[in-house]
Amino acid sequence: MPIAVKDLCFSYKQGTPFEKKVLHNISLDIEDGEFVGIIGPTQSGKTTLAQHFNALLLPQSGSVTVNGLITSDPQADLISLRLQVGYVFQNPDYQLFAQTVGEDIAFGPQNQQLRKSEVTERVTTAMKQVGLDFDTFCQRDIYALSGGQKRRTAIAGVLACKPKILILDDVTAGLDPRGREEILAVIRDLHQKQKITIIYISNSMDEAAELAERIIVINRGQKQLDEPVREVFKKPEQLRSIGLEIPEVINVIEKLQERGYVIPSIPLTLEEAIDLLTTAYAQREVKR
Amino acid sequence: MKTLIEITDLTYKYRSGGGNAVTALNGVTMQVYRGEILAITGQNGSGKSTLARHFNALLTPGSGEVIVDGLSVNDKKNTAAIRRIVGMVFQNPDNQLVSSVVEEDVAFGPENLGLPQAEIVKRVDWALKSLDLEAYRYRSPNSLSEGQKQLVAIAGVLAMKPKCIVLDEPTAHLDPKGKREVLENVQRLNRDEGITTVLLTHSMNEVVHCDRMIIMDQGLIKLTGAPRELFAQAEQIKALGLDLPAAAQLAYGLKLKGLTLPGNILTIEELVASLCQLP
Repeated sequence: MPIAVKDLCFSYKQGTPFEKKVLHNISLDIEDGEFVGIIGPTQSGKTTLAQHFNALLLPQSGSVTVNGLITSDPQADLISLRLQVGYVFQNPDYQLFAQTVGEDIAFGPQNQQLRKSEVTERVTTAMKQVGLDFDTFCQRDIYALSGGQKRRTAIAGVLACKPKILILDDVTAGLDPRGREEILAVIRDLHQKQKITIIYISNSMDEAAELAERIIVINRGQKQLDEPVREVFKKPEQLRSIGLEIPEVINVIEKLQERGYVIPSIPLTLEEAIDLLTTAYAQREVKR
Repeated sequence: MKTLIEITDLTYKYRSGGGNAVTALNGVTMQVYRGEILAITGQNGSGKSTLARHFNALLTPGSGEVIVDGLSVNDKKNTAAIRRIVGMVFQNPDNQLVSSVVEEDVAFGPENLGLPQAEIVKRVDWALKSLDLEAYRYRSPNSLSEGQKQLVAIAGVLAMKPKCIVLDEPTAHLDPKGKREVLENVQRLNRDEGITTVLLTHSMNEVVHCDRMIIMDQGLIKLTGAPRELFAQAEQIKALGLDLPAAAQLAYGLKLKGLTLPGNILTIEELVASLCQLP
C-alpha cells in the first residue's frame, strides 16, 4: 500500500489557546500509479493533509504509512521518504531560489551526493520531462521566466529527485489558458508515460475532471467524498453546498436534463461533451 | 467628458539584469470610459499589469502619454491626486492588508488623506456596508476566508472614494465561492456606485460579464470590443493563446460538428436555450 492514512487528526498551534483543528479523523488509501484529485474549498485542510504524505507534517493522532514507512516512527528515514514523494507548491516563487534554471533543478540531486555526471543526467532528463529545452533554458535566470516556465522549473526540480509519487498543490493558479494547457499536458504525460502516482490538489473541479481517476473531496477537515471521478459529479448539489462548482460542460447536460432531455452519460471533458451532444442530436434521441 | 483615462502611444521598457531592456508596452493607445467595466486580458507577460500600473501612476510612461481625469501621469505633481482617482487591488490580499483589524485596515487610506475623524468613520461605514462586510468589522483579516480578505482589500480602496478601481487578477487564488463573491461585489459597486472598473483576468468566464474587453499580446493591444463581438472570432482568440468562455467553446465545437447554433453564444443559459430550440 503506497499511501495509507488512518484516523488522521491535526491541529495548528496545538496546546495553545489558539489551537485550530484542521483535520478530523481522515482515512484514505492511494495506490501505485493512481491519479487522485484532492479537491476542497480554500482552508478546507487539503494542503495540510497532503503535507502529511511526505512527512512535512507528522500526525498528532492516527497514522500515515508511505511505502511501508510509518511517518511518525522516530526511526523512520524521512529524508529518503521525501525523495520518494515530491511536493510542488502552489507558488513557484517560494520553491525556486537558485540563480538559473539549471542550478535550481540540480539542487536536489546535488544534495544526494550524486556524481556530477549523474546530476547532469538528472537535470537533462527532468527538463525534457517538463518540456523545457535544455540549451534554451539551462542557463536562464529564474526571474526572466514566465509564470508557466517557473512552474515547469519547479516541477523539474522535484522530478530530478526521481519521486515515485508527485504531489501537485494548486499548480495552475494564476496561469493563462495556454500556460495551463502546457502544464496539464506535462502532468498527464508524467502519469501515463512515467507511471508516476499523481496527487493533484485544487479547488477547481474542471481540471480534476479532465485528469483524475478518483476524487477525494475535503471540506472543513473531513473527507466528504471518495469516489471514481464520474460518480462524484452525480452529486452536484452536495458539491455546490460546500462551495465547489461542477465543470461547466456537466452544467450544460444537467440543465438540458432539467428541461426533460434524456442524455445517457456525464461528460468530463469538452471533447466528450461535444461527442455526446452531437451523437444524441444525430440520433434524435435527445428528446424525451 | 466620456473618457476617464486616455492613453496615447504608450511605451515602457523594463531594465533586465543582463543590461538588455525588455519591452513591456510597445505603443499602446486606449481609453477607459466613465462608468464601464473593462476587462483586460492576454497571456502572462503580454503587458496587462504594466499597462494597468500606469493608470494610477505606479509607473510613468517611457514615452507616450497617460491622462487620468484630465491629469497627466507624466507630471509628478499629479501623482497624489491621480492615486486618489484610481485605486488598485492586487492578486494576493495578504500583500495589501496592513492592519490586524478589518475596520482599521479599511480606515488606513482615508486616515492617510488627513480627513477629519467623523469623515473617516463615515467612509469606513459606507465601504464596509457596500461590500457587506459589517459583520467582520472587528475581526482580524487572518480569520477570514480568502474571498472575504479580498473584499476587505477592495473596501480599503473604496474608502478612498476613487472614481475608478483597477483589479489585477483579484480572483486568481480564490476558490469558486470566493471568486463569485468578489465578482458579484465588483459588479454591484459598478452598478450602484457608478465606479469605473478595470478587471485584469485570465478567466474568460469573468470577461463575459464585462462591458468591453481588450486583448493584449506582446505589449500591444490586439483586439478591442464587446465580449460578444470578440468571442465570435474563435480562431483569432485561440491564436492569441486564449480560450473562449466554456459555453462558447462548447457551442463552437458543436457547430464544427454540424449543429446549427447561433454564432454568439456566451453563457450556459444561452447555449441550453439554443440547444432546446433545435429540431
